[in-house]
Amino acid sequence: MTEEITMKKIDTFAEYGEAGPAAETQVEARDFSLFYGDFEAVRKVSLKIPKKKVTAMIGPSGCGKSTLLRSINRMNDLIPSTRAAGEMIFDGHNIYDRNIDVVTLRARVGMVFQKPNVFPKTIFDNVAYGPRLQGVKNRQELNEVVERSLRQAAIWDEVKDRLSANALGMSGGQQQRLCIARALAIKPEILLMDEPTSALDPKATAKIEDLVGELRKNYTIVIVTHNMQQAARVSDLTAFMYEGVLVEFGKTRQLFTNPENPQTENYITGRFG
Amino acid sequence: MRLETRKLLDKAFSGLGLIAIAVMAVALLLILAPIIWRGSKAFVFKGTIEHRRVMLEQFGRGNAEKYRAEAAEVAAARAPVYQMLNDFESEMKGMERSERRAYKKPFREVEKGIKVLLGPIPGERMPVLLRQQYGQTRWDRTLVKLHEVLYSEEWDYSNPEAMGVLVEKPRIDLFKGTKLEPLFPYLEDHIEEMMRPKQTFYWQFITDTSKDSHIFGGIWPEVLGTLYLTLGAMLFAIPMGVVAAIYLCEYAKEGRVVSFLRICISTLAGVPSIVFGLFGLAFFLNTIHVSDSKSVLAGSLTLSLLILPTIIRSSEEAILAVPRTYKEAALGLGAGRWHTIMSVILPASLPGILTGIVISMGRAAGETAPIIFTAAVSVGAPLKIWETLSQPTPALPWNIYNLCTEHEAVDEIRHVQYGMVFTLVAIVLLLNLAAILMRARISKKLRG
Repeated sequence: MTEEITMKKIDTFAEYGEAGPAAETQVEARDFSLFYGDFEAVRKVSLKIPKKKVTAMIGPSGCGKSTLLRSINRMNDLIPSTRAAGEMIFDGHNIYDRNIDVVTLRARVGMVFQKPNVFPKTIFDNVAYGPRLQGVKNRQELNEVVERSLRQAAIWDEVKDRLSANALGMSGGQQQRLCIARALAIKPEILLMDEPTSALDPKATAKIEDLVGELRKNYTIVIVTHNMQQAARVSDLTAFMYEGVLVEFGKTRQLFTNPENPQTENYITGRFG
Repeated sequence: MRLETRKLLDKAFSGLGLIAIAVMAVALLLILAPIIWRGSKAFVFKGTIEHRRVMLEQFGRGNAEKYRAEAAEVAAARAPVYQMLNDFESEMKGMERSERRAYKKPFREVEKGIKVLLGPIPGERMPVLLRQQYGQTRWDRTLVKLHEVLYSEEWDYSNPEAMGVLVEKPRIDLFKGTKLEPLFPYLEDHIEEMMRPKQTFYWQFITDTSKDSHIFGGIWPEVLGTLYLTLGAMLFAIPMGVVAAIYLCEYAKEGRVVSFLRICISTLAGVPSIVFGLFGLAFFLNTIHVSDSKSVLAGSLTLSLLILPTIIRSSEEAILAVPRTYKEAALGLGAGRWHTIMSVILPASLPGILTGIVISMGRAAGETAPIIFTAAVSVGAPLKIWETLSQPTPALPWNIYNLCTEHEAVDEIRHVQYGMVFTLVAIVLLLNLAAILMRARISKKLRG
């Protein structure tokens, strides 16, 4: 079945999504595959993620959407015996090249994880962690970066009076927005979000979604989500993956209202997944 | 299963647990109570005039005026004793030769007993040994020595079937009708005037050096030696252990080599401490010559090897317990391995690492076998910090053993032995307490 889908994809896919080739490409996967040992979690995916748009990735559990997302900043390297094939182009380089410095790459690609993972440090130190890594020592400069990042993450008003409090004392939703602020503080070009609201209540989820809508003005955002309504609400483009294969990639509205692939239709109408 | 059975089984562990805890508490009490009770007697006891004389003459402590006034009164109380001894000696000179010979030995014994009790007889030549220059300094020992003057001990072997029986005979019976006869009741009645027992608080027991191998004075060289050895061992073991744990958790690729290393570390933790002692002697002293003789340095190195496995294992557990998400967050922000470890993993695992350090610190402070061959001597002066590189030191665990088994006057210095045990336990508890407080503070900071 997967073979069939792959063939179908080659026939029908707008690899650029509906944004069209005119939109500037931020990241491009070319026949990209990722293996965990012998298991091929991502199978020959090709897609172009445009700049300053929100790209959502949807699909059933285990379809490889998270793996693909984590391939963009090579977080999969942490898992032993992973192997990549094909190319993942960022800024004109294949990031899986031998001479690519992973640390520099990750400093340019921010990431927000499934569960809020603030450090057991103060709120200030959490946000200042990235800038400090990049060698910012000046207190004035750090203060500015922290305030700007917290404002961008729409959490400044809630925490400005307790920047020196431990971040673990915040609510889950606040922690997640702090994580976003922390990722923004390194001034990334792309922001990867791996199911950022799956551990949050609806109210906190709404806040994060509003925030994504706000951030799309300045950042390229790739968001993995289980929640199709969320994908429909926040994204410009949507990619549907199934069993490691990119089934359909296109403008969100079109993909949800008029999918080209029956597999996609089955999924978004809730017949499986 | 019947409902009652299930309910009973569900409750079983709380019952068994309570019993186990109660047993442990009682055991702890049985061990600690005598240590505290008897150990405290090294610090708080009834001291005699002789104790005050030792303090004044040997340690320059106390009020000389007051002492002299008191000593004059004591001398007056003791004068009749010496007078009676003199009188009897003159009386002996007038006796028949055979009679004189019969009295001579018992008399010398009485005289000797009085010297032990009250110190050298005034006017006689000062003995060389310090312990013979003073009488009994403690009231409890005074009463024992008084008893020895009043009664002679003989063994009764008349029944060949049984073991010999110790018989105490009043010495006064030997001297019936002589001028020495009133001496015994006088001693018994006036011992308080002659010794002046007074409640004494001798906290300097910890900070005084010992005089005449622990007969007088305190245990400062031992305390200091223990601190040096423990801290020295920590100095070597903590960096090595933590670095090794980081390597094993964060860098080493799981495989045969790492498994083998882990097995080696576990085995090392089970090696008897005397083997470490012999290894320390063979390696640090005889092979690489860290110092010419036994030294604190060699002892610290040996102890650090002994506690290294504990530190590695506990640090490893602590590092592995750090949530993986912290590591991901740091790496995702563009931190390298070094920064991830230093800024996130180590701070988060610090409480766990500290626990391992606490456990091994107590062990290092109390270990005897590793330092016998590498660091410990029975008697020594307190060391300066730079002397630790080349000089051996007395240390509490070794000196407790030494004073209880090999000292020439084991019975005379029970209070010192218990005092040392008390101090050692106190040191270990204090070190642990400090580490526990530190751990609690860090945990609190981490939890927010």
